[in-house]
Amino acid sequence: MSTLLIASRKGLFTADHHSADGKWQITGHHFHGEPVSQVLADPRDGTWYAALRLGHFGVKLRRSADRGATWVEIPAPAFPPKPTEGEWADDATPWTVDLVWSLAAGGAHEPKTLWAGCMPAGLFRSQDGGDSWQLIDSLWLDARRKGWFGGGNDHPGLHSICVDPNNSQRLTIAISCGGVWKSEDAGKSWGLFGNGMHAPYMPPEVEEDPNTQDGHSLSMCAAHPEVMWVQHHAGAYRSVDGGVNFTRLTPPLPSDFGFVIVADPVNPLRAWVAPALADTFRYAPDGAMCVMRTDDGGKTWQAFRNGLPQTHAYDLVYRHGLALAPDRNTMAMASTTGNAWTSVDAGENWVSLGAQLPPVAAVAWA
Amino acid sequence: MPTVSFAPQLQRHVSCPTQIVSAASLGEALTAAFLAAPLMQSYVLDDQGHVRKHVAVFVNNEMIASRRDLSLAVGEKDSIIVIQALSGG
Repeated sequence: MSTLLIASRKGLFTADHHSADGKWQITGHHFHGEPVSQVLADPRDGTWYAALRLGHFGVKLRRSADRGATWVEIPAPAFPPKPTEGEWADDATPWTVDLVWSLAAGGAHEPKTLWAGCMPAGLFRSQDGGDSWQLIDSLWLDARRKGWFGGGNDHPGLHSICVDPNNSQRLTIAISCGGVWKSEDAGKSWGLFGNGMHAPYMPPEVEEDPNTQDGHSLSMCAAHPEVMWVQHHAGAYRSVDGGVNFTRLTPPLPSDFGFVIVADPVNPLRAWVAPALADTFRYAPDGAMCVMRTDDGGKTWQAFRNGLPQTHAYDLVYRHGLALAPDRNTMAMASTTGNAWTSVDAGENWVSLGAQLPPVAAVAWA
Repeated sequence: MPTVSFAPQLQRHVSCPTQIVSAASLGEALTAAFLAAPLMQSYVLDDQGHVRKHVAVFVNNEMIASRRDLSLAVGEKDSIIVIQALSGG
């Protein structure tokens, strides 16, 4: 049975399943009191990585080769010196990493390759298991970056990284607010895609500009990597051509606003979302939480509420706050209110972890 | 030669002893002190080499005026103290 990792405002928690009573229990607390923005359990070798966002001292990375028994500090991604002349000398975006927002393992045949997406929206690669990081210049120095902006944050951020399991040179990333980008050569060059998305809050002339779309999260079906899902600021989308073009899905009710979307890794027609009421009301619709699942490619959605609070629930599930375990049935969800739940039946029924946790940024299975 | 010391809140993350270093400027003194604990640099300075906004550096009893310009001259009897600026909740 997998271990659940919960990255919170005040540390990284682990939870394990105790079959005797059928419940999940908190079994570990790492980095007491420190904000943890992201966590990765590398499926290739089991190494855990935790990204910290220390309030005073900046972004840090820690690595554990023994499932959290011990941690070592490793270098965190950092921008090079900002140019003092030329095109980028007056760049309004700070060249200092404020947040590691996404961590992803490289392909199976490149066991030391890691990817990190940050805020500001720089993409970094490590080829030595996190001992060093290199900024992907080709994206950072693309002039179109000047059109990106922060959605609810001061600066744009790179929150989703999908590595094609059949071709690790092919990356698809999403930026808030900077659209969906693809590379076919491991980041040497990039194309801006994500066509078909619509941002109704933008000036009419640029509502469909791919460069400023605010996909809140991007998730890929591993067995069918051409199938990708996006929970956008304004609705859910699906692509069947690897993120080049997207189609707006039937709005799940009660709301199609939210942050997270999770693709089933095998079934290209199945995905989950955790809706919030609206961008101006960032909590469960009507104070009643649900998880929604589509099994038909987004034509219809089912709302699952059993085990989730149905009155006065003001939880919000962030873009990394819902995760599916490798068995494709076990799920975890956690909120900014510090509630956490697990499901053993693909999201149809939920059980509270029963802990009052700090606000949760991300959950992952290890 | 100036003395460089780091507050306990920093030492909680990276151990770095108080050191007497050979340096003519604040920047040189910090760089020399970081040699004993290279990870400490990223706790005190950001990606651009500027003092982080929630870190305070004092030379003797005076907080430095600029986070970017670390050319302030320091002398043999100067004491450089790096602390965290108190904030958050």
